[in-house]
Amino acid sequence: MQLESRGSQARAVRAWLPRAGGLVEQGPGRLPRRKLSRRQREALAAYLFLLPWLVGMVGITLGPMLASLWISFTRYNLLSPPHWIGLGNYDALLHDPLFASAVKVTLLYVGVSVPIQIGFALFLAVLLNRGMKALGLVRAVYYIPSLLGSSVAIAIVWRTLFGYDGTVDRVVELFGWHNPPAWIDDPHTAVYTLVVLAAWQFGAPMIIFLAGLRNIPKELYEAADVDGAHRWLQFRRITLPLLSPLILFNLVLQVIGSFQAFTPAYVISGGTGGPASSTLFYTLYLYQEAFGQLDMGYGSAMAWVLLVAIVAVTAAIFATSRRWVFYMDRQA
Amino acid sequence: MRRHGLGRRLPRGVLHLLIVAGGVVMLYPLLWMIGSSLKPESQIFSTSSILPSTWTVSNYTQGWTGLGYSMTGFLVNSLVLCALCVAGNLISCSLAAFAFARLRFPLRKVLFALMLASIMLPLHATIVPQYILFKYFGWIGTILPLVVPKFLAVDAFFVFLLVQFIRTIPRELDDSAEVDGCGRFRLFVRIILPLSIPALATTAIFTFLWTWGDFFTQLVYLSGNPASFTVPVALGAFVDSTSQSSWGQLLAMSLVSLLPIFGFFIAFQRLLLDGISTTGLRG
Repeated sequence: MQLESRGSQARAVRAWLPRAGGLVEQGPGRLPRRKLSRRQREALAAYLFLLPWLVGMVGITLGPMLASLWISFTRYNLLSPPHWIGLGNYDALLHDPLFASAVKVTLLYVGVSVPIQIGFALFLAVLLNRGMKALGLVRAVYYIPSLLGSSVAIAIVWRTLFGYDGTVDRVVELFGWHNPPAWIDDPHTAVYTLVVLAAWQFGAPMIIFLAGLRNIPKELYEAADVDGAHRWLQFRRITLPLLSPLILFNLVLQVIGSFQAFTPAYVISGGTGGPASSTLFYTLYLYQEAFGQLDMGYGSAMAWVLLVAIVAVTAAIFATSRRWVFYMDRQA
Repeated sequence: MRRHGLGRRLPRGVLHLLIVAGGVVMLYPLLWMIGSSLKPESQIFSTSSILPSTWTVSNYTQGWTGLGYSMTGFLVNSLVLCALCVAGNLISCSLAAFAFARLRFPLRKVLFALMLASIMLPLHATIVPQYILFKYFGWIGTILPLVVPKFLAVDAFFVFLLVQFIRTIPRELDDSAEVDGCGRFRLFVRIILPLSIPALATTAIFTFLWTWGDFFTQLVYLSGNPASFTVPVALGAFVDSTSQSSWGQLLAMSLVSLLPIFGFFIAFQRLLLDGISTTGLRG
């Protein structure tokens, strides 16, 4: 089947190739070509294909990254030229209570929401994998929040649901809770409404786990059944180790993504990070400093701290992964 | 042997009931949003019920013009932006991917590693100097800072995705094309691109979804010029300035903003779900 279709593709290609051949070489009035070797011509072509990417890499990624490092050592508000202040911005960060609070809130958010998200995703994937009618529909229902969840629209829904005397209050009343906190208006609970919003979006990692579960050979479970291993033991000794590479994958993606969460905090607090800076996520504070106060130096310093933090946390996760991630092909 | 919670087999009925109940909880915020957008303002906060007791479409009719400008304008801005970004990513990422997947050239390994490294780079690491650069060009308040980078293959993830895909296309096709005197650009346009349509479709769909939903960069570059606002920026601005009396309109317009995503989900469900499970792409 595969071979046959390849063959017919090749034939289709041949059918129009004669027309393509020759034309280029024979055109009159062409500049005389310098003789290039085959390898040189290939390299030249490659760099032509890469040209847009190279321009972007140098002009929009690498250049600005280095520029950002340089700007972080200056005071710069776009109006007057940058003024070198050495480590001044970094020193100010260390003494800035709002920065400390933003770091704390962000770490809390990442530390609580990522494990919940991955836990839910794993739990439901295992349940769904036991076979289910209309699995496609169920998958879709659990996945939709992941698709929509990071939008402004859903953040608005969250703000309304958890708003003053709002619908969540009506719902918890049904369960007999009559004096709920003020949710987004209470500095102690505001960030947890964002955690709930993040937890609600466990569908994408769940889909990844489901795909992984389907690849675990059934014989492993059958053998375990024969040996009389109960389900919990099977889960711990078969399912978890074989899914561990995907757990690592989801963990890294979620951690990196959560460090950069911006939209829900911005919308729920109306851009302020309030009440009492309790939803002032790192990126929200960066946004306020760089694009609200136009303090480009401070914003760049924050960006570099974030970059280093993300790289460090990711590296730490990978370093510990040697102990808990199991690769079947390396054991064999 | 001690038996744990998972040890006993849950009866199938209980399992299904649990999963359905979970599904209802998952969908509640969305159903509540739909219901509330059709309720009069006074009913939105007074009940946990999803169905309105009196139905009204005034949130839609009034909300359409309630964000300062007409919603039509914001939708058009978002659509134009998405279309340009999709075009940019398709062209620039496939060009780069072809070179990485098929051609030999000096520094290939170094550049490929650089491309991979840039996938995980947080956009905050570059946004301040980018802003300064685009301000120098006079592009703030226009969609150029959002579109031009897409034509420069800045979304390296898609380059990687396309490289992986192009590598699966049999090389014999290239060779026979070359024997017949086909230039590399023709090879790319006439053979590689048509055979890469599945990966190109994934690129197009996710570029659309991400651009449609992106808030941070659009907020940074478009604020200050309400006529250029995309839907998310307009909604965000409306939340800031909203009085307690227009939540219904806000929810109605939020729902409108999600409709294209719903549409994409329904049309490309399989592709989206496969995309996630094979590549880890997010919605």
